[in-house]
Amino acid sequence: MILWRRELALAWAGGGGPLLACGFFLCLTAMVPLAAGGDPAGLRPVAGGIAWVALAVASILSLERLFERDFEDGALDLIALGPVPLELVVIAKAKAQWMAVGWPLALTAPVAAITLGLPPALAPLAGLAALIGGLGFALTGALGAALALGSKRGGLLIAVVVLPLFIPPVVFGAGVLERAANGLSPLPALAFLAAYVLFAGVVTPFAGAAAIRNAQG
Amino acid sequence: MISISGLSLSRGERVLFRDLSLTLASGEAVALTGANGAGKTSLLRAVAGFIRPDAGNISFADVEADEARAKHIHWLGHLDGLKGARPARDELAFQAEWLGAGHDGIAAAIDVLALEPLLDLEVRKLSAGQRRRLAFARLIAVQRPIWLLDEPLSPLDARWREALGVLMQAHLDRGGAILAAVHDPLPVAARALDIGGGR
Repeated sequence: MILWRRELALAWAGGGGPLLACGFFLCLTAMVPLAAGGDPAGLRPVAGGIAWVALAVASILSLERLFERDFEDGALDLIALGPVPLELVVIAKAKAQWMAVGWPLALTAPVAAITLGLPPALAPLAGLAALIGGLGFALTGALGAALALGSKRGGLLIAVVVLPLFIPPVVFGAGVLERAANGLSPLPALAFLAAYVLFAGVVTPFAGAAAIRNAQG
Repeated sequence: MISISGLSLSRGERVLFRDLSLTLASGEAVALTGANGAGKTSLLRAVAGFIRPDAGNISFADVEADEARAKHIHWLGHLDGLKGARPARDELAFQAEWLGAGHDGIAAAIDVLALEPLLDLEVRKLSAGQRRRLAFARLIAVQRPIWLLDEPLSPLDARWREALGVLMQAHLDRGGAILAAVHDPLPVAARALDIGGGR
């Protein structure tokens, strides 16, 4: 709880990083209709996919902050000597990342979906799917951030590591919107999205903690 | 309190030292000396569990290594872990509470280290000596018997070196132990261990 509170404070310190992610997300989704020539009907079949690619890219923006700064200034050494196992530290940081960045992005997602030409009735579903997928992005992103610890150009490395791992939630998330837009139940795609989150929740703490220990040595 | 036997440590291809043995008893301080790059900090990091040694054993009296690292060790490296953009009060609260300190412990540390006038300042606005006092506060706020210190006094003026010497002596008198990497002498009676000349 102490760590989680600090992570949220750090995420919002120095200019409101989550707002930058939201602004980036909205700019990206606003540019696509303009680049496509302003034809909403032509854009609609791929709107869900575009929204989720933009969401994935926006989710990467602040990942470098997650472990690298604590690693560089020695805070990670202090944290490692606390009574909480590193595995739970990874979970706490990923959860804070979700709340600091994933939630604002999920609140922005309905606007982005409408901007891309999806029916306004799907806006709440877009937000819900983004909220669930955002947790998956935060967990997998935390793993990527831990793996990139101590490397030069860590931000770029995180993107290269994490983007392939973001493919499943992007596919499932886009599937949620596509199925709903076609009058089908979005539940199967939502279930796959939730399954991805569970999988990431099991793998990330152990793999992330191992990566941190390796970087500290 | 700490028993090190046959320890060998290398960083990359470079061997820092081989077959190092050391025991650190309750109430004792050991000052690690040696040239830059000799491996003083690496030895401290190995004891803290951050570095896996090539060979040898590090054990703690009465407790498993994991438990010792989670509950018995204070680490004060030359990187203090403080966030420059945050108020000193928040950073002290986080560092101390993370290690298990209560409000009374934090208040005592603030008092002993005369931190009150600094608490509302952002950490980046503190001098190096003030930052060191702020980082040292967690050692006072929560009692842990083993202090691993890397150049603990280097940014401090004479007055605060003396004051921290008093705090270190009080820690030793309570049965604690100190293992410190130093270039300047510790302000408490300490056994010196020269671990080599570096390469």
